[in-house]
Amino acid sequence: MSNNINMSVEIAGVRLKNPVLAASGTFGFGREYSEYFDLSLLGGISVKGLTLKPRKGNPPPRIAETPSGILNSVGLQNPGVHYFIENEIPFLRKYDTAIIANASGNTVEEYEQMVEILSDADIDAIELNLSCPNVKEGCMSFGSTAEGIVNVVKRVKKYAKKPLIVKLTPNVTDIVEIAKAAEDSGADALSLINTLLGMAIDAKTRKPILKNITGGLSGPAIKPVALRMVYQVAQNVKIPVIGMGGISNGTDAVEFLLAGASAVMVGTAGLVNPYAWIETVKGIEEYMKETNISDVKELIGGLII
Amino acid sequence: MNLIERVRKAERLSSDIYLIRIESERISSSASAGQFVNIKCPGPEVYLRRPISICSIDRSEKTIDIVFQVRGKGTRLLSDIKAGDTLDILGPLGRGFTICPEHKNILVAGGGIGIFPLLQVLKDHPAERKTALLGFRNKSAVVMEDEFNKYSTDLKIATDDGSYGIQGFVTALLQNAISEDRPDMVYICGPAIMMEQCVKLLKEKDIPCEVSMEQRMGCGMGACLVCACKTRSGSDWDYSHVCKDGPVFSGDRIIFESE
Ligand SMILES: Cc1cc2nc3c(=O)[nH]c(=O)nc-3n(C[C@H](O)[C@H](O)[C@H](O)COP(=O)(O)OP(=O)(O)OC[C@H]3O[C@@H](n4cnc5c(N)ncnc54)[C@H](O)[C@@H]3O)c2cc1C
Ligand SMILES: Cc1cc2nc3c(=O)[nH]c(=O)nc-3n(C[C@H](O)[C@H](O)[C@H](O)COP(=O)(O)O)c2cc1C
Ligand code: FES
Repeated sequence: MSNNINMSVEIAGVRLKNPVLAASGTFGFGREYSEYFDLSLLGGISVKGLTLKPRKGNPPPRIAETPSGILNSVGLQNPGVHYFIENEIPFLRKYDTAIIANASGNTVEEYEQMVEILSDADIDAIELNLSCPNVKEGCMSFGSTAEGIVNVVKRVKKYAKKPLIVKLTPNVTDIVEIAKAAEDSGADALSLINTLLGMAIDAKTRKPILKNITGGLSGPAIKPVALRMVYQVAQNVKIPVIGMGGISNGTDAVEFLLAGASAVMVGTAGLVNPYAWIETVKGIEEYMKETNISDVKELIGGLII
Repeated sequence: MNLIERVRKAERLSSDIYLIRIESERISSSASAGQFVNIKCPGPEVYLRRPISICSIDRSEKTIDIVFQVRGKGTRLLSDIKAGDTLDILGPLGRGFTICPEHKNILVAGGGIGIFPLLQVLKDHPAERKTALLGFRNKSAVVMEDEFNKYSTDLKIATDDGSYGIQGFVTALLQNAISEDRPDMVYICGPAIMMEQCVKLLKEKDIPCEVSMEQRMGCGMGACLVCACKTRSGSDWDYSHVCKDGPVFSGDRIIFESE
């Protein structure tokens, strides 16, 4: 990285060395991709969605390919928050990158406990997943109405000693209303979008491809929807917004920054290209050099209308 | 890491089975039997990579062979690959077959496209007796007979319709083989139902086996958790991941669909 370019941004008091983070659920706890590149090159890592107790997740098949994207129905398979704290944080802390704990619960009480536990862990921020479409209870059901958001965020806020990022589902009628509800309830930042609820059918067998029948759509296919939502939300809240949905390279990331995101997350693209995360960092730098911009913060909300 | 590798040879083996020989020091030098590669199919129509087993490794020539059946969009694109083309390949990935040099008598049982990962087991295993049992739909589907003949001491082929070899399934061949003589280890790959029946037969006789599982994949390296496979875990069960914990599992760990 050349010295005259400043890539660092700040999200709710957390300084990120660059605005590119790994999106939850696509990066595990970083171990696999650490064999491909130095995790310290990332602004941060949002780890696999955590729950109070270990979760087995949904039966397979859990993935279907769609035009320019995928549907997944993993269903929050994870070893539980305690395992994460004991076994995964020490590994991640070997790298100079922000650790964001993505947390889910079945009940408001579980969300409270998760936030309480994670507040004492060695992490940089908590990303409250109020948007997973693949589990029956909790999660998206809390995140799909303003009342649901207010209810959870207000109550967990009391336990939060770390910055609280609220992750929003796009499966709502009015994303701005939801975003404002989260801001008013005490969210320190917002991240969006989670996956769009979708479905794939195999005409030959007349069966759904996913065992769970429905799943969450991600990848380049959702980028226009994600950009629009990030733009609308950034226009209407004061807290920082982390944008994601289909970002595969630096240009995509710049588009989200211009739309108003203060940082971006890359997910699905990395499943196809394990270097997508670091190529996105490099791509933003190249864009800045080409356009003579020395501080990445100048790009945030820089859309010309 | 450079993921781009050159194709040395591309060949059609039967109406819908193709072989691609790939020059790759990176993959050939570290790959073992039963591992797989995750290939980006050329063209924008296909988004995800496609997992394909490593069929054969030539460590001195620094090449690997993959052999695949055209099933859909991705494998169709791969079938158009020509010598001299390049491919974007991740690998070698996953956990391959366990090769115990103490085993003197081994058996491989493969059905359809499941036969391919078994060839390198025969090539790498130092056992004195190596039996290969292969099952195909019919005579025109029979491929790689010469290769399997070369690296086994005893090859038997079954076809569903009896148009070549013995009429019936690989399970019948296996039943016969283990009633005559007891292999130290059995390696199995094929349709789920075939693997399930083979594992059951072997369990009755207490013969250890390994199976190579298939599941739809994303990352192919254990990060996205989509490639779940039900496995025993103490008295409980869990979802293991085919791409990282497998594709090869000990036969007694898998909980098959009908269980
Ligand atoms: C570990 C492993 C090793 C394999 N080794 C071989 C091999 O050596 N030779 C061979 O011919 N085939 C092999 N397969 C199966 C091969 O991956 C599929 O046939 C191929 O992905 C089909 O892609 P497609 O685009 O032609 O079909 P499509 O049906 O168009 O594919 C759509 C999506 O479904 C996935 N998919 C479809 N069928 C399968 C399947 N059976 N297993 C996993 N994913 C599937 C594809 O990868 C893709 O994401 C292997 C699969 C796995 C998991
Ligand atoms: C396989 C998979 C698993 C995911 N798991 C989670 C999760 O555990 N928690 C969460 O908040 N989001 C999860 N997501 C959503 C992503 O973090 C991201 O919001 C979404 O995929 C859009 O970004 P993308 O198009 O770059 O992937 C998952 C996505 C995928 C593809
Ligand atoms: S394919 Fe991603 S974990 Fe197996």
